[in-house]
Amino acid sequence: MKKSKILAGTIFLAIIGLITIAADHIDAPATRGTSADISDFYAFQGENPNNLVFVANVQGLLSPTATATASFDENVLLEINIDANDDKIEDLIIQAIPRDGKMHFFGPFSASSTSLNSSVNEMATRNEVAISTYGSAAIIGNTNGMKFFAGPRDDPFFMDFAQYGAIIGGTASGFNNPGSDTFAGTNVLSIVVELPKSLIGGSGSINTWVETKVKQ
Amino acid sequence: MKIYKIKYIAIAFLSLLVVSCNNNDDTETMVEMGTDFSGTYAQRDQMGRPAVNTVFVSAASKDEFNVTIPSQQGAMFQSMFEANLKGLSPAYANAGDKNALGLDASTFTGLLATDVLNVSLDGKTTFYDGTNVLTGRALADDVITVELLLIFGGEDFTENAAFSDDHVDSNDKTFLTSFPYLAAAW
Repeated sequence: MKKSKILAGTIFLAIIGLITIAADHIDAPATRGTSADISDFYAFQGENPNNLVFVANVQGLLSPTATATASFDENVLLEINIDANDDKIEDLIIQAIPRDGKMHFFGPFSASSTSLNSSVNEMATRNEVAISTYGSAAIIGNTNGMKFFAGPRDDPFFMDFAQYGAIIGGTASGFNNPGSDTFAGTNVLSIVVELPKSLIGGSGSINTWVETKVKQ
Repeated sequence: MKIYKIKYIAIAFLSLLVVSCNNNDDTETMVEMGTDFSGTYAQRDQMGRPAVNTVFVSAASKDEFNVTIPSQQGAMFQSMFEANLKGLSPAYANAGDKNALGLDASTFTGLLATDVLNVSLDGKTTFYDGTNVLTGRALADDVITVELLLIFGGEDFTENAAFSDDHVDSNDKTFLTSFPYLAAAW
């Protein structure tokens, strides 16, 4: 796993030079290529319009070979933050953390502070889903009115990043038409949560963001 | 009964007991009580809107941006965002220049520097669809072209056409209509 992942990463970096990459894939030196590197974050209305869906992806740019052995890191806690009153401070938190082949979910629960450090809130509503394995059907948890998924998926992000890099690097004078999707054929490790809007305020607008936190 | 026979029976009985104890541990006690979630977890990465850290934060500050809570990001990073936006795009070169949302460089970067994703709970969720603006982020949203248009496209999306669309408009796999929505891995 490590070798092929590193190889894929090296090839990629060789292609794009030292420029960092959208959407949040390998965005900063301390996260780049680590198990805590967030690649993307989505929030959208579910198939059931009474529900909202959160998608948080980590460990982007996995080749199919690397995906087969890639795994969530038990030392990485992922938090989805929800600000319901537009003060940019989280009011509700959903936590996700893997243990022994399962992704455990806590919340949504009320945030007690806006801190860069967290512990797992074991008193919160708790759910779990078996982590889906590469090449197998998606395992979907459906408990407490919420749905849960964790496992490898196709990276939903698309962009001609190579050309963007060339433009920024001064070796191209514009995008090509058609462009070429730099992320085609690559995978991510994905965490998907669908929950009733009533659990996060019901109506109006929220602000949301995702964080990864590493065990000290 | 001979003594060695008793010994063997005793040993056999004992190992049965041991085996059943192990079984109990595996099925009940260990799983329910044993999952360890203890410890302190310190922030490493964060993200709200797509590509914000990548495009607007200077190289030396990217890690710092990831460990600055959103309520403090605006004060700490707006001026850097504005300088980088003006360095990147000629669409804000003249006083009074705005993007198609009617935001000038200062207002636009003020919005972006606080890196949270705005989501409506009342209707269509999209990054931008021509009508709705920043009401969420759906999988199929062409967020990069939207951002390029807002960075380079000027007041009516017509400026700097060579930079304002990467001409990759959709994903390489079709999304699902049902949970978990993302396509299966390659």
